[in-house]
Amino acid sequence: MAAANSSTSESIPVTPAAPGGRRAFSGDRVYAGALAAAGIAILLVALLIAATTANTARPALARAGLWGFITGRDWNPVEDIYGALPFIWGTLVTSVVAIVLAVPVAVAFAIFLVEFAPSRSRSLLRFVMELLASIPSVVYGLWGLFVLVPLLREHVEPALGRFSFLPLFRGAPLGVGTLAAGVLLAIMILPTIASVSVEVLRTVPSTLREGALALGATRWEAVRIAALPYGRAGIFGAALLGLGRALGETMAATMVIGNSPEISASLFAPGYSLPSIIANEFSEATSALHIGALAALGLILFVVALILNIAARLLVRAVVGKFERSSS
Amino acid sequence: MIRKVTTLAAFLVAAPALAALLVNGAGATFPFPLYSKWFSAYNKLNPEMQFNYQSIGSGGGIQQITAGTVDFGASDAPMSDAELLKAPDLLHIPTAMGAVVVTWNLPSVKALKLTPDVLADVFLGQVTKWNDARIAKENPGVTLPDQSIAVVHRSDGSGTTAIFTDYLAKVSPAWKTAVGAGKSVKWPAGLGAKGNEGVTGQIKQIPGAIGYVELVYAQENKLPSAALKNRAGKFVEPTIASTSAAAVGAQIPADMRVSLTDAPGAEAYPIASLTYLLVHKNQTDAAKGKALVEFLWWAIHDGQKLAAPLYYAPLPAPVVTRDEALVKSITVEGKPVSLGRG
Repeated sequence: MAAANSSTSESIPVTPAAPGGRRAFSGDRVYAGALAAAGIAILLVALLIAATTANTARPALARAGLWGFITGRDWNPVEDIYGALPFIWGTLVTSVVAIVLAVPVAVAFAIFLVEFAPSRSRSLLRFVMELLASIPSVVYGLWGLFVLVPLLREHVEPALGRFSFLPLFRGAPLGVGTLAAGVLLAIMILPTIASVSVEVLRTVPSTLREGALALGATRWEAVRIAALPYGRAGIFGAALLGLGRALGETMAATMVIGNSPEISASLFAPGYSLPSIIANEFSEATSALHIGALAALGLILFVVALILNIAARLLVRAVVGKFERSSS
Repeated sequence: MIRKVTTLAAFLVAAPALAALLVNGAGATFPFPLYSKWFSAYNKLNPEMQFNYQSIGSGGGIQQITAGTVDFGASDAPMSDAELLKAPDLLHIPTAMGAVVVTWNLPSVKALKLTPDVLADVFLGQVTKWNDARIAKENPGVTLPDQSIAVVHRSDGSGTTAIFTDYLAKVSPAWKTAVGAGKSVKWPAGLGAKGNEGVTGQIKQIPGAIGYVELVYAQENKLPSAALKNRAGKFVEPTIASTSAAAVGAQIPADMRVSLTDAPGAEAYPIASLTYLLVHKNQTDAAKGKALVEFLWWAIHDGQKLAAPLYYAPLPAPVVTRDEALVKSITVEGKPVSLGRG
């Protein structure tokens, strides 16, 4: 509505100018209307999805209460007892592991590509990185199951087991578990974060870089003091996009996470994520309560994604503000 | 034959666009390879009849046939009384049999015998070592390593899990109270993996793993399969013959809704089950109803020969006889269908 109003108010003074103005005016209105309709349609679809999911979820939420459902640690379809906490935990832990592993590598890749790589190899490197993004997630899952998991079980987890004074690295090295899911997700979100970071670093004005170099900075120092601070907000945005993918990723995570609804501090232990349990149990769920509980998990995923998005946006705004203050 | 040609000609003259008779079905994924073989074989015999089958899972099959959106449903587990109340005229027609196989990963152990109580306690997480005295007792001469047992189960809701847990709940009171039976259960131990292929993948990778898969899948992939002690006290290997044997001695009620786990009979493998097609007893569409009845008749006779090559167990003769009566009881617009050929 607001968009349509502002466009008409802007168009009015133009109308009497040219003979063709009237036609342009109605064209403007149609154009603005179409755009507004498209915008409202997106909003409506999102609202409809939320509303129907909430409606399906109602029996389960009515039984345990929203807070009881979220904090419930038991998931037992035979007894019709449903609690969401193990799945929320699994989703958050795997996403955090993925972000922690992927962001440094992706940013380093982007810096190398934009600042250091010989120009001839750049397009090849980008091509390979974009190829990673086009691999279907089920293929990642198979690779994870048959390559990554044995690697973790036989080499990585026994090595990390030496740090068992940290609760993170305790327990039997099964290979399958939250660590495997986190590492696999990290690889999957790498191309997303890297390619957006590349775009961001490319927007850094060359005058900034040249200025730093002229002041006697090395190439690394030029990146650190000129390029990175300029692109920081964009890189946060890239990490946010990656996080979004990690939260919702279903197939690949299901194949390596171990699918056990338990809350453990150890990364070696099997876990369960929100999308995985929905994909696993929805097709054969028959009782209204079971379907409702799965829909409620979907709703939680929706809300968790929303909260993370808002939080990341606030973070980006704070960083941009700080940058603008310090540069002025 | 002449009648068939004339009906076909009538169809062609009357409405060329409707020459194909499309029958829609939806349901279980387990018998899907067999059904798709049946559909293509039957389509070659009766080119005017075409099938569209969506393997969306047993639960979905029951929902769709109850809602009337498909002409037949398919399910691995019989419908519950509550489900049947919503569609009281649905018939359960057993079409083939399947079994659930216990498989493991111990390179040194080629054959394994398990008793029901030991199997239940392994999956309860109470028997945790391969060289446990209770496993060793039934396997004299087999060197069992001092290794932890890693339990692998299905993570997706599945008929395979329903049959397996139904068996464990029958043979182990502890399992019945602690876990119960269902398509998805709260597993007391182990890792979950998606699908037969996921379970197999995990078992192959983790030394000392044990899990369960469908007989079809185990035979296709030449997985080791444990011999289980049946109710008659005999250790029986899962084979197509021992699966069919489970339906021979069992008491099957008139509506065919039965669990065949822990079946009596010396040759019976104890974790076997029937898979069903669900059809309405009163068919309202004349052409479709007649075609469906003729197809069912074909499936329980000629169709059974296609089962074993795909590692499904064919129905034993007593079940086929019961099926014949069921198929004959289907009426189209109130009248029974005459089934000339058989």
